[in-house]
Amino acid sequence: MGQSASQGWYYWREGRQPSPQIRRQQVKIVILGCGRVGATLANMMDRAGHQVSVIDYSSEAFQRLDPDFKGETILGNGVDEDILIRAGIKEADAFAAVTNGDNRNIMASQIAKEIFHVKKVVCRIYDPIRERTYHELGLETFCPTTIGAQMLAEALLGEPAAAKAAQQDEKQ
Amino acid sequence: MYIIIGGGGDIGYYLTKTLLNQGHEVLLLEKDAARYQALSEELGEAVVRGDACEARVMEDAGVKRADVVIAVTGEDDDNLVICQMAKRRFNVNRTIARLNNPKHEKIFQKLGIDITVSPTKAILSLIEAEIPTTRFVPLMKLRRAGLDFVELRIPAESPTIGKTLREINLPRNSNLALIVRNNQPIIPNADTVIEEDDEIFALVSPEGEDAIRKAFGALG
Repeated sequence: MGQSASQGWYYWREGRQPSPQIRRQQVKIVILGCGRVGATLANMMDRAGHQVSVIDYSSEAFQRLDPDFKGETILGNGVDEDILIRAGIKEADAFAAVTNGDNRNIMASQIAKEIFHVKKVVCRIYDPIRERTYHELGLETFCPTTIGAQMLAEALLGEPAAAKAAQQDEKQ
Repeated sequence: MYIIIGGGGDIGYYLTKTLLNQGHEVLLLEKDAARYQALSEELGEAVVRGDACEARVMEDAGVKRADVVIAVTGEDDDNLVICQMAKRRFNVNRTIARLNNPKHEKIFQKLGIDITVSPTKAILSLIEAEIPTTRFVPLMKLRRAGLDFVELRIPAESPTIGKTLREINLPRNSNLALIVRNNQPIIPNADTVIEEDDEIFALVSPEGEDAIRKAFGALG
């Protein structure tokens, strides 16, 4: 039942397209977590001309941002509604939760979705089982563990063999 | 009952001990190795080392036959995930979460956690009840009914003094359950006249709270 992690990866790879509206005009994006992924995403979105706010509980994390980063940085806990409001979540078109804590990402994403009704919410979850559960619950999730393992399998075995391995994995 | 508790801090520890004494079957999950050691010396097999957020740990703990799952770690996001996984993945009937930040009550309820307990809020209500200027005290949340049970004391400047309940415009979905006057309970009806210092116990919808506060001129 539901979407298996491997299907999730192919779906993702074959181009999970951002909605046309988000691609065309400038959008407001709130990013929770300014680690390597969060900062890279923030720099990317900023350079593409979008309005970006990044939240992290460590001010040192913001050093990962480009020197000419034009977005906002907010210091604080991402599951605190006040901090999310300060980051502009009420006006945000999109929200990404990419801290290194699965549960923090899950809770923040649900706040963004259920309380602030942000249109596009994406949540990173490392634990594949948790990822599958919340995916089935309707959260847009992605699991770097499964994606990374799939890419490695492909690199090691070549694509058809990897697809077969993924099917095997799904049967279990 | 079979009860699984996530988080072996002080609350988890005392909860486990008390529930075991009451004859329940209890399993306490603690992920920290050192803390687990300390707990297991006293609680023996009732404590298991593991992260209650992990589906596999919960499965090994027999979550599928658990009557209740209680999450009492010091992190609200962990407590939320423990309860949601128990409920949505393993169909546990009742889940109880400790809230460290009382502001998370709304989101937890919206996300299907059956019961939330906030020590911070409990202490705050106790303090509020002791301060004379605060005249509006939330007593209890009736979650299934979507109502709050509140207490308010009629201040001297209240515009409702001398009026009957019929004359006072009460918000929809709110209901005065009881008036306590000079230590005597009065079951109110439409002809009951409000007096200064009346203690009123009312059931109100969360949206109606402000309206009822204003209607009676209650502060705080």
